[in-house]
Amino acid sequence: MTPWIEGRFEENVITTSLEQAMNWARQSSIWPMTFGLACCAIEMMAAGASRYDMDRFGAGAFRATPRQADLMIVAGTVTYKMASRVRRLYEQMPDPKYVIAMGACTVGGGPYFKYGYHVVKGVDLVVPVDVYVPGCPPRPEALLEGLMRIQDKIKAKKITRGQEVMPVPHHTGRVGLPQSMSLAELA
Amino acid sequence: MRIEDIHQRLVDRFGTETIVTLKTGVKDPWIEVACDRIADVAAFLHDDADLALDALNDLCGADWLETDPKKKTPCEPHVEVVYHLYSYTHKHHCKLKVKVPRWHDGQAGQLPRVPSVAHVWGIADWHEREAYDLVGIEFTDHPNLRRILCPEDWEGHPMRKDYEFPLEYHGVRGK
Repeated sequence: MTPWIEGRFEENVITTSLEQAMNWARQSSIWPMTFGLACCAIEMMAAGASRYDMDRFGAGAFRATPRQADLMIVAGTVTYKMASRVRRLYEQMPDPKYVIAMGACTVGGGPYFKYGYHVVKGVDLVVPVDVYVPGCPPRPEALLEGLMRIQDKIKAKKITRGQEVMPVPHHTGRVGLPQSMSLAELA
Repeated sequence: MRIEDIHQRLVDRFGTETIVTLKTGVKDPWIEVACDRIADVAAFLHDDADLALDALNDLCGADWLETDPKKKTPCEPHVEVVYHLYSYTHKHHCKLKVKVPRWHDGQAGQLPRVPSVAHVWGIADWHEREAYDLVGIEFTDHPNLRRILCPEDWEGHPMRKDYEFPLEYHGVRGK
């Protein structure tokens, strides 16, 4: 559906909504926090290096302080000793903030679930998690997929009142709308 | 020097009251030493010119709560401290074991006591802190016996076989 304002100006003038512009800017500059706790951090580094190049998504600027970060990739085993620090770092991040739980340990305790006395059974007991990336450790592609899901989440954000519509990811890579919803409803 | 010779030297020096047994026929032969004399035995092994066991490769604690039915030798419940020694001068090994009851005076919660060897081998300082932290062995005369891995307010000693997992730690659910 074309809004009435489109095509009414000369060439090279783009019209958009404030909401779209803001979301576009936010989703294209997700700065993650340098937060490697265990072996998953190696895969996170691989995802940031030139072969997989997280910078394509504008998420390559790993910040060494929570104050400059939008995204916390919890990469590795979270112990009880570390849990209070994770919580504090999360609280120090400015809003809007997002959390990816990367790897089996952060998703739900992983191999330490049954006999590990020291591992938190999932980082979602400590901080709210937006995207879970399973794997032990997940491949860089999986982390990039998780990053794209975070981007979807940002894209769906409304600055006015309204229903947030989350796109449904498909294993083919195509991201569609929920089946129950048509384009007319969105407009 | 073979472990039999080391054992013989120790028996000559300390007697069979202190040097309890020599266990051979296993992959790693070991000498059992009485708990109260371990610091003296350690100092002798370190200082004697023929033995010169100057390196403590490892010091660890082990908890034996019940006998494994698959093992041939049954044993009483006990905790033990294992010392892995090596001599760089003579290139020989030696393993020592000290066995103590699981609880001091048989009262649950009272940690068993073993004399520290941190003044003989410096690295024993941290190894003994680890054994204290995880297995719950109190090393007497240790310079700085605090937990080394777990947080300082942790309750219990996790590598004890009858250790119960925490259900909650500082507001984080455990189960």
